Amino acid sequence: MDCSHVFDFKVNRLIVVFTLFLALFSVTPSLYAQEDTLKTTSAAHAEPEAEKKFNIGKFALHHVADSHSWHVIGDYYIGLPVILYTQVGFVTFNSGDFLHDDEAKVVVERYGQRFVKMHEKIYYASATANEHGQYADLDEAHHVKNARPLDISITKNTCTLLLSIVVILAVFLKVANSYKKNAGKSPKGIQSWIEPIIIFVRDDIAKPNLGHKYERFMPYLLTVFFFIWFNNMLGLVPFLPGGANLTGNTAVTVVLALLTLILTVTNGNKYYWRHIFAPDVPWWLYIVLVPVEIIGIFTKPIALAIRLFANITAGHILGLALIGLVFVFNSIYVAPVSIAFALFINVIELLVAFIQAFIFTILSALFIGMAIEEHH
Amino acid sequence: MELLVPEIGLVIFQTIAFLLLMFVLAKFAWKPVLAAIKQREHDIDEALNKAELAKQEMVRLAAQNEESMKEARAERDLILKEAKALKDSIVNEAKSQAQTEGAKLIEKAKIEIENQKKAALAELKDQVSTLSIDIAERVLRNQLTDKAKQQDLVAGLLKDVELN
Repeated sequence: MDCSHVFDFKVNRLIVVFTLFLALFSVTPSLYAQEDTLKTTSAAHAEPEAEKKFNIGKFALHHVADSHSWHVIGDYYIGLPVILYTQVGFVTFNSGDFLHDDEAKVVVERYGQRFVKMHEKIYYASATANEHGQYADLDEAHHVKNARPLDISITKNTCTLLLSIVVILAVFLKVANSYKKNAGKSPKGIQSWIEPIIIFVRDDIAKPNLGHKYERFMPYLLTVFFFIWFNNMLGLVPFLPGGANLTGNTAVTVVLALLTLILTVTNGNKYYWRHIFAPDVPWWLYIVLVPVEIIGIFTKPIALAIRLFANITAGHILGLALIGLVFVFNSIYVAPVSIAFALFINVIELLVAFIQAFIFTILSALFIGMAIEEHH
Repeated sequence: MELLVPEIGLVIFQTIAFLLLMFVLAKFAWKPVLAAIKQREHDIDEALNKAELAKQEMVRLAAQNEESMKEARAERDLILKEAKALKDSIVNEAKSQAQTEGAKLIEKAKIEIENQKKAALAELKDQVSTLSIDIAERVLRNQLTDKAKQQDLVAGLLKDVELN
């Protein structure tokens, strides 16, 4: 096929283009770090000594959350594009313009709009700074009360998402191509690594749960399986371009679970709906059963989303906490123990990466299978 | 708690990117790959089935060979047996024939001998009688030279005749 050759040709280009795309974002040293030292010298902004102490919880939560810039090393960050839909339309600028401030202290002004960034969220800036120099109104719980523009920035997670898609496309289009080249022969190279997994998904996930109609759902199941697995693994790479907590982000897991829900509901047959709205029980039990069943439609995908998010995030937090011990004790001698434990957890996380992809896929197949099951 | 709230930006990107990924992979990866795997599995199954059939055919052929060997052996034995019987019967027949033939010949020979004996005896008798007559003639001629003697003879002959 001609078009497939064109596509294969494009895959290699795709990687180059993506690399260039990343290279375009300016790598800027954090001016905030320098400012920070300045601020601590000035009496007005002197912070209590207690707050300067290493807070392991904050550190871990900060690293598992999404970010508008990509930390490279030390005070160096890659500034990522900020895309906001505001009252005056789209506004774009580089996140480096915030000088990597995350406490709403640096205001960026574009088209007459003023923005601040606090805890990796972008808000409309307040007119004046509060007593901490923050252009934001905080409530007692230190939550920002300011309004937010619609934020569709290319964040660290979005970058990872695009990167993972490039990796997945590169791998699987290459595999598909080698099937064409090796037609009728035994698998070779990367093909023989991927094929058992594809067959595993087909024979151990799709077929037992979906019966003879499994073929329709194979594209979704395979894509979701490899997407989760590849991203789980990318998340375990501790430096650029890995390290983002994409599959431990609710936005991602919710979308995936929602797709399972849509597939379940749109493919549900009359037995599925009858089981929900007219189960084989005395009519007076409907008052209890029907609401329970309706809630059940939604709890299944919610559980899917939460499970994936919680497992992957927990893994990241665990690894970060173990490494964070070095800074908690403020001693290099803790490092060997920390690293040994972190390595152990990382190896387990490799397993979890696969298991969570497997569980998400098999449960999706199970839910869809329950909806399309024929009763005789 | 902030971790739990999905960011709308990422939701939008994730939805678009994932759906695009799924459609591209479905068209350019999953479809050809699954088809190829299925085809290969089908080919392997077919090859195995064929091998099994060939094996069965081999077994069948071997059994058939064995059977025909057995049959051939039995036939050979039968033919040999028949031939032996035939030979025996021929030999026996020949023997008995020879015996009867021999017996016949002997019989013939006996008869011939008997005949010859008879003929010889007859001839002997003839000759004896001729010789006797001759002798008698000579004797008579000798004796009849004198009259007395003729008389005696006649008397004697007559006496014999009477005695007989």
